[in-house]
Amino acid sequence: MSANSAYNFAYLDEQTKRMIRRAILKAIAIPGYQVPFASREMPMPYGWGTGGVQVTAAVLGANDVLKVIDQGADDTTNAVSIRKFFEKTAGVATTTRTRDATIIQTRHRIPEAQLSEEQILVYQVPIPEPLRFLEPREPETRRMHALEDYGLMHVKLYEDIARHGHIATTYAYPVKVDGRYVMDPSPTPKFDNPKMDDCPALQLFGAGREKRIYALPPYTCVVSLDFEDHPFERTPIAAKCELCGADSAFLDEIVTDDQGGRMFVCSDTDYCESRRGEASP
Amino acid sequence: MTALLSECRPLVGNDQPLLQATGLSKFFGPRVGCQDVSLEVHEGEVIAVVGESGSGKSTLLLLLSTQQLPSSGSISCRMRDGVTRDLFRLTEAERRHLLRTDWGFVHQDARLGLRMGVSAGGNVGERLMAVGWRHYGKIRAEAQAWLERVEIATDRMDDRPDTFSGGMRQRLQVAKNMVTHPRLVFMDEPTGGLDVSVQARVLDLIRSFVSDYGLAAVIVTHDLAIARLLSHRILVMRQGRVIENGLTDQVLDDPREPYTQLLVSSILQT
Repeated sequence: MSANSAYNFAYLDEQTKRMIRRAILKAIAIPGYQVPFASREMPMPYGWGTGGVQVTAAVLGANDVLKVIDQGADDTTNAVSIRKFFEKTAGVATTTRTRDATIIQTRHRIPEAQLSEEQILVYQVPIPEPLRFLEPREPETRRMHALEDYGLMHVKLYEDIARHGHIATTYAYPVKVDGRYVMDPSPTPKFDNPKMDDCPALQLFGAGREKRIYALPPYTCVVSLDFEDHPFERTPIAAKCELCGADSAFLDEIVTDDQGGRMFVCSDTDYCESRRGEASP
Repeated sequence: MTALLSECRPLVGNDQPLLQATGLSKFFGPRVGCQDVSLEVHEGEVIAVVGESGSGKSTLLLLLSTQQLPSSGSISCRMRDGVTRDLFRLTEAERRHLLRTDWGFVHQDARLGLRMGVSAGGNVGERLMAVGWRHYGKIRAEAQAWLERVEIATDRMDDRPDTFSGGMRQRLQVAKNMVTHPRLVFMDEPTGGLDVSVQARVLDLIRSFVSDYGLAAVIVTHDLAIARLLSHRILVMRQGRVIENGLTDQVLDDPREPYTQLLVSSILQT
Protein backbone atom coordinates (compact mmCIF):
# COMPACT_ATOMS: atom_id res chain seq x y z
CA MET A 1 0.00 0.00 0.00
CA SER A 2 1.39 3.39 -0.87
CA ALA A 3 1.42 6.35 1.43
CA ASN A 4 -1.26 8.98 1.09
CA SER A 5 0.62 11.89 -0.46
CA ALA A 6 -1.43 14.43 1.45
CA TYR A 7 0.67 13.62 4.50
CA ASN A 8 4.36 13.94 5.11
CA PHE A 9 5.98 10.53 5.68
CA ALA A 10 4.66 9.18 9.01
CA TYR A 11 2.37 12.19 9.52
CA LEU A 12 4.77 14.47 11.46
CA ASP A 13 6.78 17.13 9.60
CA GLU A 14 10.52 16.61 9.31
CA GLN A 15 11.49 19.32 11.83
CA THR A 16 9.26 17.76 14.48
CA LYS A 17 10.74 14.35 13.81
CA ARG A 18 14.24 15.79 14.18
CA MET A 19 13.25 17.38 17.48
CA ILE A 20 11.90 14.07 18.74
CA ARG A 21 14.98 12.21 17.52
CA ARG A 22 17.19 14.61 19.45
CA ALA A 23 15.16 13.89 22.58
CA ILE A 24 15.45 10.15 21.89
CA LEU A 25 19.22 10.38 21.47
CA LYS A 26 19.51 12.21 24.76
CA ALA A 27 17.25 9.66 26.42
CA ILE A 28 19.43 6.82 25.14
CA ALA A 29 22.53 8.60 26.41
CA ILE A 30 21.05 8.87 29.92
CA PRO A 31 19.15 5.61 30.44
CA GLY A 32 16.00 6.06 32.49
CA TYR A 33 16.12 9.86 32.52
CA GLN A 34 12.93 11.62 31.42
CA VAL A 35 13.75 14.01 28.59
CA PRO A 36 11.21 16.79 27.99
CA PHE A 37 10.13 17.22 24.37
CA ALA A 38 7.70 19.44 22.50
CA SER A 39 4.89 16.94 22.19
CA ARG A 40 2.52 17.65 19.29
CA GLU A 41 -1.19 17.39 18.94
CA MET A 42 -1.91 14.09 17.26
CA PRO A 43 -5.13 13.08 15.51
CA MET A 44 -6.18 10.96 18.46
CA PRO A 45 -7.03 11.78 22.07
CA TYR A 46 -4.44 11.89 24.83
CA GLY A 47 -4.27 8.54 26.54
CA TRP A 48 -4.57 6.69 23.26
CA GLY A 49 -0.85 6.54 22.67
CA THR A 50 0.05 9.99 21.37
CA GLY A 51 3.52 9.70 22.92
CA GLY A 52 4.19 6.27 21.49
CA VAL A 53 2.91 7.33 18.07
CA GLN A 54 5.23 10.34 17.95
CA VAL A 55 8.23 8.21 18.93
CA THR A 56 7.29 5.61 16.34
CA ALA A 57 6.85 8.30 13.67
CA ALA A 58 10.30 9.69 14.49
CA VAL A 59 12.14 6.37 14.24
CA LEU A 60 10.12 4.84 11.40
CA GLY A 61 11.84 4.32 8.05
CA ALA A 62 10.34 3.31 4.71
CA ASN A 63 11.67 -0.25 5.04
CA ASP A 64 10.49 -0.84 8.57
CA VAL A 65 7.88 -3.42 9.43
CA LEU A 66 5.52 -2.23 12.13
CA LYS A 67 3.64 -4.22 14.72
CA VAL A 68 1.27 -2.59 17.20
CA ILE A 69 -0.12 -4.32 20.25
CA ASP A 70 -2.59 -3.27 22.89
CA GLN A 71 -2.39 -5.38 26.07
CA GLY A 72 -0.55 -7.97 24.01
CA ALA A 73 -3.24 -8.21 21.36
CA ASP A 74 -2.88 -7.18 17.72
CA ASP A 75 -6.61 -7.03 17.08
CA THR A 76 -7.93 -4.52 19.59
CA THR A 77 -9.16 -1.07 18.62
CA ASN A 78 -6.13 0.91 19.66
CA ALA A 79 -3.69 -1.44 17.98
CA VAL A 80 -5.69 -1.66 14.77
CA SER A 81 -6.14 2.08 14.42
CA ILE A 82 -2.50 2.94 15.08
CA ARG A 83 -1.41 0.28 12.59
CA LYS A 84 -3.84 1.69 10.01
CA PHE A 85 -2.64 5.20 10.81
CA PHE A 86 0.93 4.36 9.81
CA GLU A 87 -0.19 2.29 6.82
CA LYS A 88 -1.99 5.36 5.59
CA THR A 89 0.53 8.07 6.45
CA ALA A 90 3.83 6.22 5.94
CA GLY A 91 2.90 3.33 3.69
CA VAL A 92 5.07 0.98 5.69
CA ALA A 93 4.51 -2.75 5.86
CA THR A 94 2.76 -3.96 8.99
CA THR A 95 2.66 -7.34 10.61
CA THR A 96 1.26 -9.10 13.62
CA ARG A 97 4.22 -11.48 13.92
CA THR A 98 6.67 -10.41 16.60
CA ARG A 99 9.74 -11.85 14.91
CA ASP A 100 9.01 -10.15 11.55
CA ALA A 101 8.60 -6.69 13.04
CA THR A 102 11.41 -4.13 13.23
CA ILE A 103 9.39 -1.68 15.31
CA ILE A 104 6.82 -2.80 17.86
CA GLN A 105 4.64 -0.18 19.46
CA THR A 106 3.07 -1.48 22.61
CA ARG A 107 0.54 -0.47 25.16
CA HIS A 108 1.41 -2.19 28.41
CA ARG A 109 2.86 -5.54 27.38
CA ILE A 110 6.20 -6.88 26.24
CA PRO A 111 5.83 -9.69 23.70
CA GLU A 112 6.48 -13.20 25.00
CA ALA A 113 8.90 -13.95 22.15
CA GLN A 114 12.53 -13.00 22.68
CA LEU A 115 13.28 -9.67 21.02
CA SER A 116 16.40 -9.11 18.93
CA GLU A 117 18.98 -6.38 18.40
CA GLU A 118 17.28 -5.42 15.13
CA GLN A 119 14.08 -4.46 16.88
CA ILE A 120 12.82 -1.33 18.64
CA LEU A 121 10.11 -1.56 21.26
CA VAL A 122 8.08 1.66 21.66
CA TYR A 123 5.98 2.02 24.81
CA GLN A 124 2.96 4.26 25.23
CA VAL A 125 3.28 5.87 28.65
CA PRO A 126 0.45 7.62 30.48
CA ILE A 127 2.39 8.81 33.55
CA PRO A 128 6.18 8.79 33.21
CA GLU A 129 6.94 9.97 36.74
CA PRO A 130 7.29 7.04 39.18
CA LEU A 131 7.25 9.43 42.15
CA ARG A 132 4.10 11.27 41.06
CA PHE A 133 1.67 9.75 43.54
CA LEU A 134 4.13 10.08 46.41
CA GLU A 135 5.25 13.63 45.67
CA PRO A 136 2.88 15.69 43.55
CA ARG A 137 5.24 18.63 42.94
CA GLU A 138 7.03 18.23 39.61
CA PRO A 139 10.00 20.52 40.48
CA GLU A 140 10.52 18.48 43.64
CA THR A 141 10.40 15.10 41.87
CA ARG A 142 12.91 16.35 39.32
CA ARG A 143 15.19 17.45 42.13
CA MET A 144 14.76 14.04 43.74
CA HIS A 145 15.85 12.36 40.51
CA ALA A 146 18.80 14.71 40.22
CA LEU A 147 19.95 13.95 43.76
CA GLU A 148 19.12 10.24 43.52
CA ASP A 149 16.83 10.83 46.49
CA TYR A 150 14.73 7.69 46.19
CA GLY A 151 13.88 6.73 49.78
CA LEU A 152 10.27 7.63 49.11
CA MET A 153 9.92 4.93 46.47
CA HIS A 154 10.59 2.31 49.11
CA VAL A 155 7.99 3.90 51.39
CA LYS A 156 5.41 2.88 48.81
CA LEU A 157 6.66 -0.71 48.81
CA TYR A 158 6.80 -0.65 52.62
CA GLU A 159 3.16 0.42 52.70
CA ASP A 160 2.25 -2.46 50.40
CA ILE A 161 3.84 -5.02 52.69
CA ALA A 162 2.41 -3.43 55.84
CA ARG A 163 -1.08 -3.49 54.36
CA HIS A 164 -1.10 -6.68 52.29
CA GLY A 165 1.76 -8.75 53.65
CA HIS A 166 3.57 -8.66 50.32
CA ILE A 167 4.43 -6.11 47.65
CA ALA A 168 1.02 -5.75 46.07
CA THR A 169 2.05 -3.49 43.19
CA THR A 170 1.36 -5.60 40.13
CA TYR A 171 1.82 -3.13 37.30
CA ALA A 172 3.90 0.02 36.78
CA TYR A 173 6.31 -1.64 39.17
CA PRO A 174 9.25 0.78 39.66
CA VAL A 175 12.68 -0.20 38.38
CA LYS A 176 16.16 1.18 38.80
CA VAL A 177 17.97 1.68 35.53
CA ASP A 178 21.70 1.16 35.21
CA GLY A 179 22.12 1.74 38.96
CA ARG A 180 21.01 5.34 38.69
CA TYR A 181 17.50 6.50 37.70
CA VAL A 182 14.28 5.10 39.07
CA MET A 183 11.89 4.64 36.17
CA ASP A 184 8.24 3.83 35.65
CA PRO A 185 8.13 0.98 33.13
CA SER A 186 4.69 2.29 31.99
CA PRO A 187 1.77 0.24 33.29
CA THR A 188 3.13 -3.08 32.05
CA PRO A 189 2.38 -5.98 34.40
CA LYS A 190 5.32 -6.66 36.70
CA PHE A 191 5.40 -10.08 35.04
CA ASP A 192 7.17 -8.31 32.16
CA ASN A 193 9.74 -6.46 34.30
CA PRO A 194 12.45 -9.12 34.03
CA LYS A 195 12.19 -8.94 30.22
CA MET A 196 13.40 -5.33 30.30
CA ASP A 197 16.67 -6.30 31.92
CA ASP A 198 19.52 -6.96 29.52
CA CYS A 199 17.11 -6.81 26.58
CA PRO A 200 18.82 -6.88 23.14
CA ALA A 201 16.20 -4.55 21.64
CA LEU A 202 16.18 -0.79 22.05
CA GLN A 203 13.30 0.26 24.28
CA LEU A 204 11.80 3.75 23.88
CA PHE A 205 9.09 5.29 26.05
CA GLY A 206 6.89 8.15 24.90
CA ALA A 207 4.45 10.11 27.07
CA GLY A 208 2.52 12.52 24.86
CA ARG A 209 0.36 14.35 27.34
CA GLU A 210 3.22 14.62 29.86
CA LYS A 211 5.71 15.53 27.12
CA ARG A 212 8.47 13.15 28.20
CA ILE A 213 10.62 10.61 26.40
CA TYR A 214 12.88 8.09 28.09
CA ALA A 215 14.78 5.07 26.91
CA LEU A 216 16.58 1.86 27.72
CA PRO A 217 19.51 1.19 25.38
CA PRO A 218 20.07 -2.47 24.45
CA TYR A 219 21.50 -4.63 27.23
CA THR A 220 20.79 -2.14 30.02
CA CYS A 221 20.69 -3.37 33.59
CA VAL A 222 17.12 -2.94 34.88
CA VAL A 223 16.43 -3.96 38.48
CA SER A 224 12.98 -4.06 40.06
CA LEU A 225 13.01 -2.34 43.46
CA ASP A 226 12.44 -4.54 46.50
CA PHE A 227 13.46 -5.27 50.08
CA GLU A 228 16.14 -7.74 51.12
CA ASP A 229 13.58 -9.81 53.00
CA HIS A 230 10.81 -9.25 50.43
CA PRO A 231 12.54 -9.76 47.09
CA PHE A 232 10.85 -8.94 43.78
CA GLU A 233 8.71 -11.78 42.53
CA ARG A 234 7.36 -12.21 39.06
CA THR A 235 3.61 -12.72 39.08
CA PRO A 236 3.13 -16.49 39.21
CA ILE A 237 0.98 -17.90 36.44
CA ALA A 238 -1.39 -20.40 38.01
CA ALA A 239 -3.29 -21.49 34.93
CA LYS A 240 -2.67 -22.71 31.38
CA CYS A 241 -3.80 -20.97 28.22
CA GLU A 242 -6.94 -22.81 27.14
CA LEU A 243 -6.20 -22.25 23.47
CA CYS A 244 -2.52 -23.13 23.15
CA GLY A 245 -1.70 -24.75 26.47
CA ALA A 246 1.11 -22.32 27.37
CA ASP A 247 1.83 -22.49 31.10
CA SER A 248 4.31 -19.66 31.51
CA ALA A 249 2.73 -16.87 29.48
CA PHE A 250 0.81 -13.90 30.82
CA LEU A 251 -2.90 -14.72 30.64
CA ASP A 252 -6.11 -12.76 30.18
CA GLU A 253 -9.24 -13.92 31.94
CA ILE A 254 -12.16 -13.79 29.53
CA VAL A 255 -15.74 -13.98 30.67
CA THR A 256 -17.55 -16.22 28.20
CA ASP A 257 -21.18 -16.03 29.33
CA ASP A 258 -23.35 -14.66 32.09
CA GLN A 259 -23.35 -18.00 33.96
CA GLY A 260 -19.93 -17.40 35.49
CA GLY A 261 -18.12 -19.12 32.66
CA ARG A 262 -14.61 -17.91 32.01
CA MET A 263 -11.46 -18.96 30.29
CA PHE A 264 -7.79 -18.05 30.47
CA VAL A 265 -6.00 -17.24 27.24
CA CYS A 266 -2.62 -15.80 26.34
CA SER A 267 -2.59 -12.02 26.40
CA ASP A 268 0.00 -12.08 23.59
CA THR A 269 -2.16 -13.09 20.60
CA ASP A 270 0.76 -13.63 18.22
CA TYR A 271 2.48 -15.92 20.71
CA CYS A 272 -0.69 -17.92 21.17
CA GLU A 273 -1.37 -18.19 17.43
CA SER A 274 2.14 -19.29 16.56
CA ARG A 275 2.01 -21.91 19.30
CA ARG A 276 -1.17 -23.22 17.75
CA GLY A 277 0.63 -23.33 14.41
CA GLU A 278 -1.85 -21.12 12.69
CA ALA A 279 0.01 -17.80 12.63
CA SER A 280 -1.21 -15.78 9.70
CA PRO A 281 1.29 -15.90 6.83
CA MET B 1 44.30 31.82 55.46
CA THR B 2 43.22 31.71 59.06
CA ALA B 3 39.62 31.68 57.94
CA LEU B 4 40.37 28.71 55.76
CA LEU B 5 42.11 26.89 58.58
CA SER B 6 39.31 27.39 61.01
CA GLU B 7 36.89 26.09 58.42
CA CYS B 8 38.69 22.83 57.78
CA ARG B 9 40.26 22.01 61.11
CA PRO B 10 38.46 19.23 62.97
CA LEU B 11 37.14 20.63 66.20
CA VAL B 12 37.16 18.29 69.14
CA GLY B 13 35.30 18.17 72.38
CA ASN B 14 32.02 19.73 73.35
CA ASP B 15 33.39 23.26 73.71
CA GLN B 16 32.69 23.96 70.09
CA PRO B 17 29.10 24.86 69.31
CA LEU B 18 27.02 22.42 67.31
CA LEU B 19 25.49 25.25 65.35
CA GLN B 20 26.75 28.79 65.05
CA ALA B 21 24.90 31.57 63.30
CA THR B 22 26.36 35.02 62.86
CA GLY B 23 24.65 38.16 61.66
CA LEU B 24 21.62 36.43 60.13
CA SER B 25 19.26 38.78 58.34
CA LYS B 26 16.34 38.10 56.09
CA PHE B 27 14.46 40.73 54.17
CA PHE B 28 11.32 40.19 52.16
CA GLY B 29 11.60 43.21 49.90
CA PRO B 30 11.34 46.19 52.22
CA ARG B 31 9.95 44.04 55.05
CA VAL B 32 12.21 42.70 57.73
CA GLY B 33 11.97 38.98 58.50
CA CYS B 34 14.75 39.01 61.02
CA GLN B 35 17.78 41.20 61.39
CA ASP B 36 21.31 40.61 62.59
CA VAL B 37 20.68 37.55 64.72
CA SER B 38 23.66 35.66 66.09
CA LEU B 39 23.37 32.52 68.13
CA GLU B 40 25.21 29.41 69.23
CA VAL B 41 23.76 26.04 70.07
CA HIS B 42 25.86 23.59 72.03
CA GLU B 43 25.35 19.87 72.32
CA GLY B 44 22.50 18.93 74.65
CA GLU B 45 21.36 22.52 74.95
CA VAL B 46 17.79 23.68 74.50
CA ILE B 47 17.22 27.22 73.31
CA ALA B 48 13.83 28.83 73.30
CA VAL B 49 12.99 31.63 70.92
CA VAL B 50 10.07 33.66 72.23
CA GLY B 51 8.24 36.73 71.07
CA GLU B 52 4.86 37.80 69.75
CA SER B 53 3.52 36.75 66.33
CA GLY B 54 5.35 38.42 63.52
CA SER B 55 8.49 38.97 65.57
CA GLY B 56 10.57 36.82 63.23
CA LYS B 57 10.75 33.61 65.28
CA SER B 58 9.66 31.27 62.56
CA THR B 59 11.73 33.05 59.92
CA LEU B 60 14.77 32.58 62.12
CA LEU B 61 13.99 28.89 62.46
CA LEU B 62 13.65 28.49 58.70
CA LEU B 63 16.99 30.21 58.21
CA LEU B 64 18.75 28.12 60.85
CA SER B 65 17.42 24.92 59.37
CA THR B 66 18.58 26.06 55.89
CA GLN B 67 15.06 25.89 54.49
CA GLN B 68 15.40 29.52 53.46
CA LEU B 69 18.43 31.44 52.33
CA PRO B 70 19.33 34.45 54.49
CA SER B 71 19.85 37.86 52.89
CA SER B 72 23.12 38.05 54.79
CA GLY B 73 24.98 36.24 57.52
CA SER B 74 26.36 32.74 57.83
CA ILE B 75 25.63 29.49 59.60
CA SER B 76 28.14 26.78 60.34
CA CYS B 77 27.53 23.40 61.82
CA ARG B 78 29.75 20.81 63.45
CA MET B 79 29.04 17.60 61.55
CA ARG B 80 29.22 14.07 62.88
CA ASP B 81 32.80 13.76 61.63
CA GLY B 82 33.74 16.64 63.93
CA VAL B 83 34.39 19.10 61.12
CA THR B 84 32.63 22.44 61.23
CA ARG B 85 31.25 23.44 57.84
CA ASP B 86 29.52 26.44 56.36
CA LEU B 87 26.00 25.23 55.71
CA PHE B 88 25.42 27.33 52.65
CA ARG B 89 28.44 25.81 50.95
CA LEU B 90 27.07 22.27 51.25
CA THR B 91 25.75 20.70 48.10
CA GLU B 92 22.01 20.16 47.95
CA ALA B 93 22.52 16.41 48.45
CA GLU B 94 24.66 16.97 51.56
CA ARG B 95 22.16 19.46 52.92
CA ARG B 96 19.30 17.02 52.49
CA HIS B 97 21.29 14.26 54.08
CA LEU B 98 22.03 16.49 57.06
CA LEU B 99 18.37 17.46 57.40
CA ARG B 100 17.20 13.89 57.55
CA THR B 101 19.94 12.32 59.63
CA ASP B 102 21.63 14.66 62.05
CA TRP B 103 18.79 17.15 62.22
CA GLY B 104 15.08 17.10 62.77
CA PHE B 105 12.26 19.56 62.27
CA VAL B 106 9.00 19.37 64.18
CA HIS B 107 6.29 21.54 62.64
CA GLN B 108 3.42 23.08 64.49
CA ASP B 109 1.06 21.63 61.90
CA ALA B 110 1.77 17.90 61.86
CA ARG B 111 0.47 17.72 58.31
CA LEU B 112 3.59 19.55 57.13
CA GLY B 113 5.90 17.10 58.86
CA LEU B 114 4.07 13.85 58.19
CA ARG B 115 2.84 12.09 55.11
CA MET B 116 -0.82 11.85 55.92
CA GLY B 117 -1.49 9.14 53.35
CA VAL B 118 1.28 6.86 54.62
CA SER B 119 0.95 4.65 57.72
CA ALA B 120 2.59 5.66 61.00
CA GLY B 121 5.20 2.93 60.56
CA GLY B 122 5.94 4.11 57.03
CA ASN B 123 6.32 7.67 58.25
CA VAL B 124 8.90 6.67 60.83
CA GLY B 125 10.60 4.28 58.43
CA GLU B 126 10.91 6.86 55.65
CA ARG B 127 14.08 8.39 57.04
CA LEU B 128 15.64 4.96 57.45
CA MET B 129 14.81 4.03 53.87
CA ALA B 130 16.18 7.37 52.70
CA VAL B 131 19.54 6.57 54.26
CA GLY B 132 19.64 3.18 52.60
CA TRP B 133 17.85 0.67 54.85
CA ARG B 134 16.49 -2.05 52.60
CA HIS B 135 15.38 -4.74 55.04
CA TYR B 136 11.65 -4.56 55.70
CA GLY B 137 11.79 -6.51 58.98
CA LYS B 138 14.51 -4.32 60.44
CA ILE B 139 12.86 -1.08 59.34
CA ARG B 140 9.61 -2.22 60.88
CA ALA B 141 11.21 -3.28 64.15
CA GLU B 142 13.01 0.04 64.47
CA ALA B 143 9.86 2.00 63.65
CA GLN B 144 7.92 -0.01 66.20
CA ALA B 145 10.51 0.61 68.90
CA TRP B 146 10.26 4.35 68.30
CA LEU B 147 6.48 4.33 68.27
CA GLU B 148 6.57 2.60 71.64
CA ARG B 149 8.95 5.23 72.93
CA VAL B 150 6.47 7.96 72.03
CA GLU B 151 3.60 5.92 73.49
CA ILE B 152 1.80 5.11 70.27
CA ALA B 153 0.20 1.67 70.57
CA THR B 154 1.69 -0.99 68.31
CA ASP B 155 -1.71 -1.80 66.85
CA ARG B 156 -1.92 1.73 65.44
CA MET B 157 1.33 1.26 63.54
CA ASP B 158 -0.35 0.55 60.22
CA ASP B 159 -2.96 3.28 60.59
CA ARG B 160 -2.57 6.52 58.74
CA PRO B 161 -1.88 9.68 60.74
CA ASP B 162 -5.08 11.28 59.49
CA THR B 163 -6.86 8.87 61.84
CA PHE B 164 -4.74 10.10 64.78
CA SER B 165 -5.56 12.76 67.34
CA GLY B 166 -3.56 15.99 67.42
CA GLY B 167 -1.37 14.85 70.30
CA MET B 168 -0.65 11.49 68.66
CA ARG B 169 0.29 13.20 65.41
CA GLN B 170 2.71 15.42 67.25
CA ARG B 171 4.27 12.47 69.06
CA LEU B 172 4.49 10.60 65.76
CA GLN B 173 6.26 13.60 64.29
CA VAL B 174 8.76 13.50 67.13
CA ALA B 175 9.35 9.76 66.57
CA LYS B 176 9.80 10.31 62.85
CA ASN B 177 12.51 12.86 63.57
CA MET B 178 14.23 10.88 66.31
CA VAL B 179 14.62 7.60 64.43
CA THR B 180 17.99 8.57 62.94
CA HIS B 181 19.26 9.84 66.30
CA PRO B 182 19.63 13.48 65.32
CA ARG B 183 21.77 15.77 67.41
CA LEU B 184 19.77 18.90 66.76
CA VAL B 185 16.03 19.31 66.39
CA PHE B 186 14.20 22.48 65.39
CA MET B 187 10.69 22.84 66.71
CA ASP B 188 8.14 25.40 65.65
CA GLU B 189 5.45 25.65 68.33
CA PRO B 190 5.49 21.87 68.87
CA THR B 191 2.50 21.99 71.20
CA GLY B 192 0.50 24.73 69.52
CA GLY B 193 -3.19 23.95 69.44
CA LEU B 194 -3.01 21.01 71.84
CA ASP B 195 -4.94 20.93 75.08
CA VAL B 196 -3.00 21.19 78.31
CA SER B 197 -2.81 17.52 79.32
CA VAL B 198 -1.81 16.47 75.81
CA GLN B 199 0.73 19.30 75.74
CA ALA B 200 2.25 17.94 78.92
CA ARG B 201 2.82 14.50 77.40
CA VAL B 202 4.51 15.94 74.31
CA LEU B 203 6.67 18.19 76.47
CA ASP B 204 7.62 15.28 78.73
CA LEU B 205 8.64 13.35 75.67
CA ILE B 206 10.83 16.14 74.33
CA ARG B 207 12.38 16.59 77.75
CA SER B 208 13.19 12.91 78.10
CA PHE B 209 14.83 12.82 74.66
CA VAL B 210 16.92 15.84 75.58
CA SER B 211 18.17 14.16 78.73
CA ASP B 212 18.45 10.59 77.35
CA TYR B 213 20.05 11.32 74.01
CA GLY B 214 21.83 14.61 74.67
CA LEU B 215 19.64 16.18 72.04
CA ALA B 216 20.06 19.88 71.31
CA ALA B 217 16.98 21.82 70.30
CA VAL B 218 15.88 25.22 69.12
CA ILE B 219 12.25 25.69 70.09
CA VAL B 220 10.12 28.52 68.83
CA THR B 221 7.22 29.23 71.12
CA HIS B 222 5.05 32.09 72.27
CA ASP B 223 4.35 30.24 75.51
CA LEU B 224 6.76 31.37 78.22
CA ALA B 225 5.77 28.48 80.47
CA ILE B 226 7.02 26.03 77.84
CA ALA B 227 10.20 28.03 77.46
CA ARG B 228 10.76 27.86 81.20
CA LEU B 229 10.04 24.14 81.35
CA LEU B 230 12.23 23.04 78.44
CA SER B 231 14.94 25.51 77.72
CA HIS B 232 18.32 26.35 79.18
CA ARG B 233 18.66 29.62 77.34
CA ILE B 234 16.14 31.99 75.88
CA LEU B 235 16.09 34.53 73.07
CA VAL B 236 13.47 37.23 73.10
CA MET B 237 12.64 38.61 69.67
CA ARG B 238 10.82 41.72 68.65
CA GLN B 239 10.42 43.22 65.20
CA GLY B 240 12.98 40.84 63.76
CA ARG B 241 15.72 41.55 66.28
CA VAL B 242 16.88 39.68 69.35
CA ILE B 243 16.33 42.19 72.12
CA GLU B 244 17.35 40.06 75.05
CA ASN B 245 19.00 36.72 75.60
CA GLY B 246 20.40 34.80 78.52
CA LEU B 247 19.70 31.93 80.89
CA THR B 248 16.00 31.14 80.89
CA ASP B 249 15.42 31.55 84.62
CA GLN B 250 17.38 34.74 84.70
CA VAL B 251 15.55 36.34 81.81
CA LEU B 252 12.12 35.27 82.98
CA ASP B 253 12.64 36.13 86.64
CA ASP B 254 14.50 39.34 86.09
CA PRO B 255 13.76 40.72 82.63
CA ARG B 256 15.78 43.75 81.65
CA GLU B 257 14.02 45.03 78.54
CA PRO B 258 10.66 46.73 78.92
CA TYR B 259 9.21 44.50 76.21
CA THR B 260 10.36 41.34 78.00
CA GLN B 261 8.94 42.70 81.21
CA LEU B 262 5.64 43.19 79.41
CA LEU B 263 5.75 39.64 78.04
CA VAL B 264 6.49 38.13 81.43
CA SER B 265 3.86 40.18 83.17
CA SER B 266 1.29 39.16 80.55
CA ILE B 267 1.29 35.56 81.80
CA LEU B 268 -2.02 34.77 83.42
CA GLN B 269 -1.46 34.26 87.10
CA THR B 270 -3.37 31.43 88.69
